[in-house]
Amino acid sequence: MRTVAMEQRKKIHPHKFTLWVAIASILMMFAGLTSAYIVKRNQANWLSFELPIAFWYSTAAMIASSITMWQAQRKFKNREIPAYRSLITVTFILGLLFVALQVVGFTILAKNGLPMNKNVAVSFLYVIVGLHGAHVVGGIVALMVTFAKAFSKSVRNYNSVPVDVMATYWHFVDFLWIYLLIFLLAIR
Amino acid sequence: MSTSAALHHEDLHSAHDAHHEHHHHETFISKYVFSQDHKMISKQFLITGIIWAIIGGLFSVLFRLQLGYPEATFPWLEDLLGHWAKGGKLNPEFYYALVTMHGTILVFFVLTAGLSGTFANFLIPLQIGARDMASPMLNMLSYWFFFLASIIMFSSLFVQTGPASGGWTIYPPLSALGDASSGSKIGMDLWLVSMAMFIVSSLLGGLNYISTILNLRTKGMSMTRMPLTVWALFFTAILGVLSFPVLLSGAILLLFDRNLGTSFFLSDIVIGGKILPNEGGSAILFQHLFWFLGHPEVYIILLPAMGMSSEILSVNSRKPIFGYMAMVGSMFAIAILAFLVWAHHMFVTGLNPFLGAFFVLLTLLIAVPSAIKVFNWLTTLWRGNIRFTPAMLFAIGFVSMFISGGLTGIFLGNSALDIHLHDTYFVIAHFHIVMGVASFFGMFAGVYHWFPKMYGRFLNNTMAYIHFWISIVGAYLIFWPMHYEGLAGMPRRYYDFSMWESFKQFGGLNEFISFVSMIVFAAQLLFVFNFFYSIFKGRKVTSTNPWGANTLEWTTPIRPGHGNWPGEIPEVHRGAYDYGKDGREFISQIEPVGENESHH
Ligand code: HEM
Ligand SMILES: [Cu+2]
Repeated sequence: MRTVAMEQRKKIHPHKFTLWVAIASILMMFAGLTSAYIVKRNQANWLSFELPIAFWYSTAAMIASSITMWQAQRKFKNREIPAYRSLITVTFILGLLFVALQVVGFTILAKNGLPMNKNVAVSFLYVIVGLHGAHVVGGIVALMVTFAKAFSKSVRNYNSVPVDVMATYWHFVDFLWIYLLIFLLAIR
Repeated sequence: MSTSAALHHEDLHSAHDAHHEHHHHETFISKYVFSQDHKMISKQFLITGIIWAIIGGLFSVLFRLQLGYPEATFPWLEDLLGHWAKGGKLNPEFYYALVTMHGTILVFFVLTAGLSGTFANFLIPLQIGARDMASPMLNMLSYWFFFLASIIMFSSLFVQTGPASGGWTIYPPLSALGDASSGSKIGMDLWLVSMAMFIVSSLLGGLNYISTILNLRTKGMSMTRMPLTVWALFFTAILGVLSFPVLLSGAILLLFDRNLGTSFFLSDIVIGGKILPNEGGSAILFQHLFWFLGHPEVYIILLPAMGMSSEILSVNSRKPIFGYMAMVGSMFAIAILAFLVWAHHMFVTGLNPFLGAFFVLLTLLIAVPSAIKVFNWLTTLWRGNIRFTPAMLFAIGFVSMFISGGLTGIFLGNSALDIHLHDTYFVIAHFHIVMGVASFFGMFAGVYHWFPKMYGRFLNNTMAYIHFWISIVGAYLIFWPMHYEGLAGMPRRYYDFSMWESFKQFGGLNEFISFVSMIVFAAQLLFVFNFFYSIFKGRKVTSTNPWGANTLEWTTPIRPGHGNWPGEIPEVHRGAYDYGKDGREFISQIEPVGENESHH
């Protein structure tokens, strides 16, 4: 067993802080990609096209999942464990739905004659949206762990840090998606 | 939220109490292999780094053999390398592979992972007064991702078509088209996958270093009382966390171009008489993504060496570091500027000269904080009570190298001069002196200084002095003449200069350089021997504070266990540099400030 020897005097838990630094790092990767996108767009050979409709549905799923995540976190804090469990489950399903809809979106694009190597503009869409999707998948994996924990017997331990970390990450991928969507709509 | 965090510490794996130490079941695996103790992880990074350094160094000896003796044949080379050295002469393709691997290994695996991984892990918790990292688990993963990256890179040495050979900067189209060269085939894919693992490793490490420094300092350890080593490692981690993801994005785009038929970096290419369908890509775009990491990377390599040298210079001059706040401020300035100068590597890419002018200005601005640091190091030494320990010699050597190499940076930073000097041996001389040798010296200084803390024994001094003198004299003999070769236009990355009338004159010089490099390599082997010999047979450390230093790591037992301090973590009452104050040689950071103590 472990006892506390590490003085924790700072306001923010180190794991939460670590997550914020990680978020900054992930943002830098997308900053790299989006600035490359802008540079390329100003050169020859750029194709302008409509985003597939599926992306709008996926956006709705993503926003809904953020709301359920937020509620789940609240229920956890209020020790309403059954409600917490069902909200986590809904969040998890919405996350899967989001990823599925992104895949549908790419299938529609390819059907409409815009496969990945059609033009640099399309390639960028695949890479940017795909990498965002990979981050959502990472979140889903983390949700599965939270999920397993929520249904295990030892949920009596009311440590909210992992739940908070999970929720923050989930909201982050949500905001990131909305930002990317606006970016991709505005700069074509 | 913070109360719930304070109530539940189960997840703080580092929360060890000395009394519970014995209750841990420590198997061989959990102690030496999948260890979560920052000190063990540090040693894992160091030893992996040493192995890579031997491999990377050996590669340079091999290609220097070709440059120094272009006409000779060495039958043993064929025994060693097989079809890569038919008839005892390096195959040109393999020459490029060796150069590429040398650069990749030394820049990333040795001077990034080996250097930051070792000393950030070892020193941050010990010097700020923490029991371990913020997340020992991520820390362990950081090492194992590095290990995985190492295995993949190493295995790329053995594939049929050879490892990547397009230079450590992997510019497309060479790196993007499998048909461009034999090293562009599977070797390049392995390079990219390995580097992706490597980037994950440095990100996990960097995240941890930053949150540990900001969150786990002991009582009284305000930011401005931190040793300069910790500051340097802090800025290093920030640079890494913000710039490596950009390289990752470039690497991902490159993987798409290679394997999925996209054209991010490719356009209008004819290869082997065949016209490729790729259209609309830009190879220059890759250079922007690469150098946006690439330039911060050189400071990721340099800053830890700066921090450790600052610390060691002060301890062994028995004087406070001169201008502590100026040292922190100049590192901060360097870290900011590091993000704003990447295009100085691209002056000859057709960059808009107007834009180039801004990059010239920003690049030359780096000279200001650099000069402040040099001034402060020299004034720290000035009238010091200097003890020439091996660590001290290497720290002084670091300053010397930084001055010599920094000055040539000013030449290169002027775009008008760079048009002539770009891609010549002048650049090779510049960055080997300022980055390669300087950081190696900083790393050696660190190893000599902290080895007693790591292993409870001293390194052998005689071997250390031989190592130092051969290294510093040798490094100048190797790299100084390269400036002249570069000024005369001798290009880098050529296989055989004897084919050119204008470079024939350098035949003798090249032979000399190659000869010296073998001697210097041998001296490094002496260090490696000293290192492993002393782990088991070195003179034992008998006091907790053998160098008479102020920082917290010397308040732990001679061989600290997991958790670092057996009892409470000590409280800090002063900065790290009270040397020679009020007639006392040194005053540890844990000593309360006396009533009549002077302020300086
Ligand atoms: C006053 C400071 C410095 C200035 C003005 C400066 C300027 C430059 C410039 C303009 C180049 C490009 C040359 C070319 O390719 O034509 C260059 C190359 C390079 N510099 Fe520096 N530099 C400075 C300090 C440093 C430091 C401190 C490091 C490392 C710790 C460093 C590492 C490198 C490396 C690795 C390259 C070559 C990379 C390659 O092409 O393979 N420089 N420097
Ligand atoms: Cu640079």
